[in-house]
Amino acid sequence: MNDYMGKSLSWRVADGIVELALDRAPANEIGLAMLDDLERFAGALPELESKASALILYSKQSAGFSAGADLRELYTLVQQTDTASAAKGVREFLERIHAVLNRLDMASLTTIAAVHGVCFGGGFELALTCDLIIADKMARFCFPELRLGLIPGFGGIPRLKRDIGNGVVRDLLLTGRSINATKALAVGLASQVAAEGEALRVARATAEQVTKFDRPTAVVAKHFIKPLPAEELRREIDIFCKLFVQPAVMQGLRRFVEDTGAHPYLP
Amino acid sequence: MKTLEQTTDEILNLAARHFKVPRADLQANDDFFKKLGIDSLQALELLTRLENHFGVELPDYEVAGVSDFRTLATRIQARL
Repeated sequence: MNDYMGKSLSWRVADGIVELALDRAPANEIGLAMLDDLERFAGALPELESKASALILYSKQSAGFSAGADLRELYTLVQQTDTASAAKGVREFLERIHAVLNRLDMASLTTIAAVHGVCFGGGFELALTCDLIIADKMARFCFPELRLGLIPGFGGIPRLKRDIGNGVVRDLLLTGRSINATKALAVGLASQVAAEGEALRVARATAEQVTKFDRPTAVVAKHFIKPLPAEELRREIDIFCKLFVQPAVMQGLRRFVEDTGAHPYLP
Repeated sequence: MKTLEQTTDEILNLAARHFKVPRADLQANDDFFKKLGIDSLQALELLTRLENHFGVELPDYEVAGVSDFRTLATRIQARL
């Protein structure tokens, strides 16, 4: 299908460029609805790959690219069932999201994330599937998972480790701190920084550039330089599921969900 | 090297401009969450604007628990 309008995202194709827009209030939290739409997109990819050269992934939400996994939905699901069933549900969710993100990662398109505002947790992991990250000057990247007693579960560590030095990966993972676009550029996470509000325009200009090259050659080059860290991605799911049943996780989720103050996204 | 007062003043000017609050209403000891009426996502936006303005990197754990402009200024001073 050329164009699609779902509950949490939409896409359109024009001039050899696919634009996938995340659009679920308040900050593109990734829960079951977003997963359903992402799976639909992954299902449409073979047809899109035959028509286009580039994919731009961006957000229509002013808060940012994505605040990550939908922790409120996760907390509600866990509250409604026993630990074993919740753990089974989490593993199923992770298997599904990994399948989608691996497909995006390996797409035969040059993929560009145009990032503004918050790009946290699962949202950061989604951006990391892309070949290029173009960061708005106001973008902010973070892996806050350790605050919840977890590790990133959507493939974040293996993908970040593929892109940048292990010391910075450890800093982000073990401190849970967020970094801005300037720092992201300095460490090689982002390849370009755009002025405030200009990331999508810059991404479009970049996408136009990549459409000029021979597609099969570009695909070979991409797969040569960007292999899928398959074994580590599998291990990540196992580690996440093992950690998920620890009491600290429920305490962390409850703290986040029940925080009625101004602080849930601060460490 | 800026003085603490200069840094505080620049923070107050920036906060007033971006969150559309009259500058005269902001004081160094104000709780910026309450005075600006911002949530944690907007606080991160303020942090990013301050990092960009002062050209510093300010880890968010250093400002966690900080809610007044003057203490925020001392954290930035330590990074200038």
